[in-house]
Parts: sequence; C-alpha cells; structure tokens
Amino acid sequence: MLDNILSILVFFPAVAAILGFAVAKDSIRAYGVAVAFIEFALSLLLWFSFDSSVSGMQFMEMVPLVPSFGINYILGVDGISLFIVILASFFTMIGIASLGETKNVKNMIISLLFLQMTMAGVFVALDAIVFYVFWELSLVPMLYIIGAWGGPLRIYASVKFFLYTFTGSLVMLVGMLFMAYFYYQATGTWSFAFLEWYRLILPETFQLWLFGAFFIGFAIKVPMFPFHTWLPYAHGQAPTIGSVILAAILLKMGTYAFIRLSLPMFPDASVFFMFPIAIIAIIMIIYTAMVAYAQEDIKQVVAYSSISHMGVIILGTFALNVEGITGSIFLMIAHGVVSGALFLLVGVIYDRRHTKMMAEFGGLASVMPRYATIFGIMLMASVGLPLTINFVGEFLSLLGFYQQSHILTLLAGIAIIVGAIYMLAAYKKMFFGEVTKEENRNLPDVNKRELVALVPLVLITVWLGVYPKPLLEPISNSVESIVQLMHDKSISEEAKKRIPNINNEITIAKEAN
Amino acid sequence: MLEPVNVSLESLNLMTLAPMLIPIIGALLILIIDMVKSDLDKTLYVMISIIFLLIDLGAIAQTAGIFSESGTMMGVFDVMLIDGLAILAQLIIVGASLLFIPLALTHSRFHEFSYSEFFALFLFMLGGFQFMVATDNLILIFVGLETSSLALYTLIAMHNRDKAFEAAVKYFTMGALAAGFFSFGAMVFYALTGSIEINQIATVLTENGFADMGFVLIGTTFLLGAIGFKLSLVPFHTWAPDVYEGSSAATAGFMSIVPKIALFVVAMRLFEFLIHSGVVWLEIILYIIVVVTMTAANIWALVQNDVKRMLAYSSISHAGFVMAAILIGTTQSNSALFLYWILFSFTNLGAFSMLWISRQKHLPLHQSSDHSYNKFAGMVQTAPVAATIMGLFMLSLAGLPPFALFWGKLYMISSAVSGGYTVLALIMALNSAIAGYYYLKLIVFMFMREPIINKDGHVFVSNATNPLKTIIGFAAVGTIFAIVAINPILEFVTALVFKSGY
Repeated sequence: MLDNILSILVFFPAVAAILGFAVAKDSIRAYGVAVAFIEFALSLLLWFSFDSSVSGMQFMEMVPLVPSFGINYILGVDGISLFIVILASFFTMIGIASLGETKNVKNMIISLLFLQMTMAGVFVALDAIVFYVFWELSLVPMLYIIGAWGGPLRIYASVKFFLYTFTGSLVMLVGMLFMAYFYYQATGTWSFAFLEWYRLILPETFQLWLFGAFFIGFAIKVPMFPFHTWLPYAHGQAPTIGSVILAAILLKMGTYAFIRLSLPMFPDASVFFMFPIAIIAIIMIIYTAMVAYAQEDIKQVVAYSSISHMGVIILGTFALNVEGITGSIFLMIAHGVVSGALFLLVGVIYDRRHTKMMAEFGGLASVMPRYATIFGIMLMASVGLPLTINFVGEFLSLLGFYQQSHILTLLAGIAIIVGAIYMLAAYKKMFFGEVTKEENRNLPDVNKRELVALVPLVLITVWLGVYPKPLLEPISNSVESIVQLMHDKSISEEAKKRIPNINNEITIAKEAN
Repeated sequence: MLEPVNVSLESLNLMTLAPMLIPIIGALLILIIDMVKSDLDKTLYVMISIIFLLIDLGAIAQTAGIFSESGTMMGVFDVMLIDGLAILAQLIIVGASLLFIPLALTHSRFHEFSYSEFFALFLFMLGGFQFMVATDNLILIFVGLETSSLALYTLIAMHNRDKAFEAAVKYFTMGALAAGFFSFGAMVFYALTGSIEINQIATVLTENGFADMGFVLIGTTFLLGAIGFKLSLVPFHTWAPDVYEGSSAATAGFMSIVPKIALFVVAMRLFEFLIHSGVVWLEIILYIIVVVTMTAANIWALVQNDVKRMLAYSSISHAGFVMAAILIGTTQSNSALFLYWILFSFTNLGAFSMLWISRQKHLPLHQSSDHSYNKFAGMVQTAPVAATIMGLFMLSLAGLPPFALFWGKLYMISSAVSGGYTVLALIMALNSAIAGYYYLKLIVFMFMREPIINKDGHVFVSNATNPLKTIIGFAAVGTIFAIVAINPILEFVTALVFKSGY
C-alpha cells in the first residue's frame, strides 16, 4: 500500500467526493469530516514512513500517460513538499469540522473534497503536465466556493480570481512547452518530468526568458506585488472556509513552485533576478502592511497581512541558500497555520455579528475572554513573537537573505516590526476598551465546535515555535540537495559565488574539526 | 482515325470511390423508401442513416488498412487521392455525423425531421464532404464543396422558423460568393500552370521559381477568401453567428465541426506548398488572418447575450486557433490539427446538444432568444446534473485540464513552440485566457445566480430522450477521460499524417 500512498492520498478525496453525492444532505457533514480525517491519517502515515535522512524523492510512482509526447504520471514527495501536503489535509479536516451554518452544505463539502484532491496533487506531482492539471483544476472548486457562498460582490471576486490565475498559468504553460522542447532538442525525446528537466543546463538567455514565463504564473498565484489585486477581493468576498483554504494552502502553490521549478531549473536566472525580486518582495511587505493599517474591515487586515508575510517567504526563497530556503518553506507552513487560524477567528465573530467592521466591535475581551485569548496568541504569532511558529520561519528567511544583502534584510526586518503596529492596533480596536455597542454585550464565547478547530492550531503554533526540529530536519535535507544542484548547474561566475557549495562547506567543516 | 480509348477497370481503382458512394446509395435508398411508402416515422430514417454511416466507417477503415500497407492510392484517372489526410478527415466527418444524426430523435416534434428529404440531403452532403477531402483536383473539390453546401443550405432552411430562412438565405448568398472566389482562384492557377491538380501546380510553380508572383498571390488570395468564408475566418465570418442562431442547435453544432474539417484538409493540401515556397507574403497574410480570427472572435464572444451566438463566435475562434496549424506547417502541427479537431468535435457537439435538449418548441415571452444566458440562471438548483455536464463542456472548451480540449491546445501550442513561432504560441495561450471569460460567464450564470423566472428544472431537459441522453453521456465521458485516449489517437494521427508527407 505504501507504494501507492501518494496516489491514494491524491485520489481518495475525489472518489469520496463522488460517493458523497449519494449521501443524504443532513448527514453529509459527518461524512465530510470522516473522509477528511481518513485523508489526514493517511498523510500522517506518509510522514511516519517518510525517511528524514534521505534528501531525494520518496514514494515515487510512475505511469506513462502519453508516452509519444513524454507525458507521464509521476508522483513523489520530499522534505519540501511533505509538510505542505500534511498541512493541506489538516486544514481540509478542521475546515470541514468547523464549518458553520451553510446553505447547500452538501455542494460545499463535495467541492472541498475535490479541492483537497487538487491540493495534494499539485504538491506531489513531478511531471509538469500533471502538475499543471492539478494547478488549474484547483481553480474550479475555489471559483465555485467563492462565487456561490461569498459576499455581495462574490461573482466579481470569483471571476477575477479565476481569470488572473488562469492567464498567468497559460503563460507558464508556454514556458513548460518550451522547456520540454529544449529537452527534446538536447536529448531527442520529449519529457515533462521535473527530475529530468533538472539535469538540463540551459544557456543564460534562455534561462532568463523561461524564468520570466514561469515567474508570471507563480507571481500571480502567490500573489506578488503588483499582481496581488485579486486577493483582497477574493478574501473579502469568500466565505470563511474559502479564505482559510486560500490563505493556508492555495497561495503556497506559488511559493512552492518557485522552489520546485524556478530555482533548480534556472539557477543563473534566479541569481540574475535575485535583487529585483527581493525589492519587489520588500515593497510587498511594506506596502501591504501600510494598506492593512488603513483597513476598517478586520478580514481585510488579515488578508493584507497575509500578503505581507508572503513577501517574507519570497525573500527567503531568493536568498538561494540553505537557511533562507529552509526558512521560507518552514514559513509557508507557519503562515498556513497562523493566517488560516486568523481567518477562522474572523469567521467566528462574523457568524455572531454578521459584520467584519472593526468599528462595530470594542471591548470584546471582557465579553469573549477565550476568543480574545486565542486571537491574541495567533496575532502574536503572526507578528512574529519568538517561541511562536512564525518567528522560526521569519528568522531563518531573514538570516538567509542577510548573507546576500545586509541593507535589504534590514529593511525587511524593520518592515516586519512595523507590521506589528497594525496588528496590535486592530487588536486594540476590537478587544480593549469599553463595550460600546449594545449588540456586543451578550455575544457567546467560542463554542466546542470552534474550539475543536482552533485549539489544535494554537498547540501547533506553540509546539513548532518552541521545537521546530522535526520539520526543519527533513526540510533542510532536501533543500541542501537542491542548493547543491543549483550550484553545480550554474554557469555564471556571479551565480557560483551567490549559491553556496554545500559539499565544500561540509569538507571545510570536517577539516576544521 | 480515332484510336479507341482503352481503360482497364483495374487502373480505375474503383475501391477509392467506395467510401463516398456508400452515403450516396443510402440517400437514394431513403428517397426510394419515401416514394414507395410515405409518412414513415423519422426513427426509420435515423436508423437507416446510422446503418449507412457505419458501413461507410467500415469502408474507410478498409482503405486505412490498405493505405498503411501500400501508401497513397490514386484512382479514377488519378482524380481520387486517398492518403492519410483523406482517411483521417473522413473518419472525423463520419464519426461526428454518427453523433449528430441521433439528435433528430428529440422529445418534441420538429418540422425538419418529419421529412425523409432531410436525411437524404444529409447523406448527400456527407458524400460531398468526402469527395472534397479525398482529392487534390480543384474541380472535384469545387464539386464536392457545392454539393455539400447546397444540401446544407436546405437543411438549415428546413428548420422552418423566420430566422432559419434568413440564415439559409444569408449562408447561401455568402456561399455563392465563396464559390465564385474559389472558381476564380482555381482559374488563375490553371492559367499559370495548365493544371488543376494541386501537386501538379506545386511542381510547375516550384520549377519556374514562382515567376509570376503577382498572379500566384491573386490566385492564393481568392482561394483563401473562399476557404475563409467556409471556415468562417475573420473577416469572412459575418455569416456565422446569424446562421448558427437561425439553425437548430444540433445543426449548428454539426456545422461547427464537419464542414470545417473538410475545408481544413483542402487548406492543408493547398497551403502546404505555398507556405514552404519561401514567399514571405503568404506567411504574413496567413499569420494576420490567424491572429485576427482568434482574437477578434474572442472579443466579440465576450459581449454576446445568447449562448448559441457565444458558441458561434467561440467556434470561429477555435477555427482560427486550428488554422495556426496550417500556418506552422510541420508534421507535428498537422497532427495537432487532427487531434484538436477530434477532441473539439466531442466537446462542441456535446455543448450544442445540451442547448438542443433545452430547446422549447415555442419561445416563452420573457426570453428574447432561444438560449439567452438568463435562461440558464440558477440551473444548478433546478437541474444539477445537466448544469454539471454543461459546465464540464464549457471548462473543456476553455482548455482547462484534464478535459478533452486541453490536450489539443497543449499539443497545438507545443507545435507552435517547436515550429519556432514563439509569439504565436503566446498569442494562442493568451487567447485561451480571454476565451476563459465567456465560458466562465455561462458557468457563473448556471452555478452562482438565482433562478430568474421559473423554478422548474424541466425546461433544461424538456427535449431529452434516451438516445439524446446517451449521446451527451458519451460526449461527457469522452471529455472527462480524454487522457486515456490521447496517446493512441496521437500515434495513429501522427503516423497517418507523416506517411502522407505532410
């Protein structure tokens, strides 16, 4: 069974979703939770049988799909993708478990299960076309979730979300076809397999163009400034569960794809574009933090702060060394946990008051103490308080980039501190002071169902903040092999200098001993 | 003293005529049956048509077998030419017709299907298309084109609505102009080279190095105009939306597939040597037409209020997309053309059939046209299965993986990339993104809006019978599981195209 565990992980939710059509409407919630729980258990099983000391791909599967055109169904998992897969199944589970009163709940749960399939598929696919299939397919359930259950502007938001990402992905598809064609020219056979593409050394000009094509696809997904305009709409209009999945998992597809595709395939281009991208990332951090400060809607604050933190992830990725990339992958997990939790928390208050305007609240701490506590912990984690999960990722990302540029890192560091201001200001507006509105006086505190979702997130936040090693070790193992590959493949002097040679460092360390 | 002309029957190679003669015999049989006993039910004619189409399919398979052994066949004074292109195109023509003809078995009674002439004309038309693709003689192409077009005009007019007459007359007028263009272009080439066989023309022109460039361009322009009319390439497309709107959804779906593949094959035979002649002009003309057709049709489709008109513009855009294959002119792109069209025929016939089963006999007052977007609002609440299937076809047309048309687009764009047309590849990709918007519009109406008038889902399947549902189910399954068929189709198509020398 373990030979096919990845396929099971990918297609089990889809099969379950199809069977779900036959489940009666009032029992579908239990069915959804059960399926998501089994999926989560399977992903934990994957983790336990995963060998942390191996840096390469594990549990590989291969089935030829279109052999004459080099399209194969290849799956595999390494330290980079493992935890995101687990995170995806975890969030689907608590997302379904904490689902509030929803109309057409059956359609919602079936959509979520399909979405789970595509999320798992993107992170374990090792063939560009299979990757692309899942990448694009993930748009459809999300389109439906935003468009059918969202706020007043939901149709505009969902179509904007779809078209932005769709356009970017098509440019990426052209890039993939070029890559396959270059591979064909070099070897005489068509191939879309990532691992074979890794072996291809391209001239620098080709790298720059292809990096650009892939960049458009990924940057829209992340989303990076200035392609980010779809995200606030999507978050603003999406139902709670939609925002949670979007922020926690779907956005990670972009940053994950940078590490999986852009860096190892185009090392020289990555070095070439390192500073421009870093500057965009810092603009993204500062600009969206300022925009967040100006928001009156708590969900928009969380949405913009989420974009802001994605900037740190990008910065860590383009540090192009082990610390930075490891940090950015860890931060992806952390960001997923924290921003997912924050969106859940916003959903909790929205269910009670049907408004997200901060001016409508005030003094909630005295009315809903447990809610205020959990919100406070998550907010501190989001700000990057040491001993919380985000701190580890942010620290490593910045540490990595510090080796490339001191000034830019300093700017980014200051921006993160500034980020604390708007979060704390929002917290003050909502939770402290006198209760000003009558409606707020008798709000019930978080109930059991919500606690089931929130408490595990708090525990993870603290646990991985204090002891991140179980994740960091497998991640950095896999990252090391990628960085080494980049160093070996790079052509230009600049790239050789910027991307560290790990084997060298190890030997130097040994000699020093 | 005149020598008697001796022609041995063997040299005629009459076998090459068999696939075309079968539907013609079928048509004559239907006419005879009608003469002997009229007022027979349409089911009889549908089944007779299906039987003859199946026999036809067998005959084509037979020729395919011979072709794979002994290569290209010539017959009947070398007028007939059975090569891989002819076989592939005939397979698509007959296959799509097999999916189309059972659509006559609707729940409501429609005027045209009560006439036996409808089915006779239909089979004559197929014979015409088959002649068109199985020859490189410009006169026979012209004869086939006219036979099929005249039959098609009548089929449209038989729908017996005001708009149907308008459509038929419009199509007829435009078609007559196109026929004029075609004959004029053929005449120019005959004057230049003394031959009406495309390969002869190519040989002569290549030998004299395209000496009379001006005349070659005039001839090509006229032929391109004629082909452009039939393929509805911009700027010759103006008839298409009106004709699609006026004819029944089933006929419109048929028109978007079968006549076009026949013309694509003609275009492929004709432009194959012209593109490779090294004359930059031709390439530029074709390039502009391809890009404008794709882009302009997409933009027009964005602003339509009627689903059928939207699908009409979308099929114009698809035709432009596929025309790019002829511009690129490599084996990969020509194979991509056939792969794309096979997948497209599944999806598009499915989409039009979905419109067809929701067709009401009389137009309700609150609807401005038969298939306005408003009609489909909130469909998922009243007819969830139908809405899902329709959504599926839209996603496939938009090129969303893993549905059928994505693989066609993938291979087509890849052929542009390998052919060195980088900018074209990007334009094709971005056009797919534009197209995404109008397909999405229907999905938005179906899934995200509230029903406007009636809460009764029956209207969406009012015209459905078991045969129609089977066809749609077939198309839907083909659309979803296309991936398993891609490799065999691709290998088959590539082998045939390569063996024909394209």
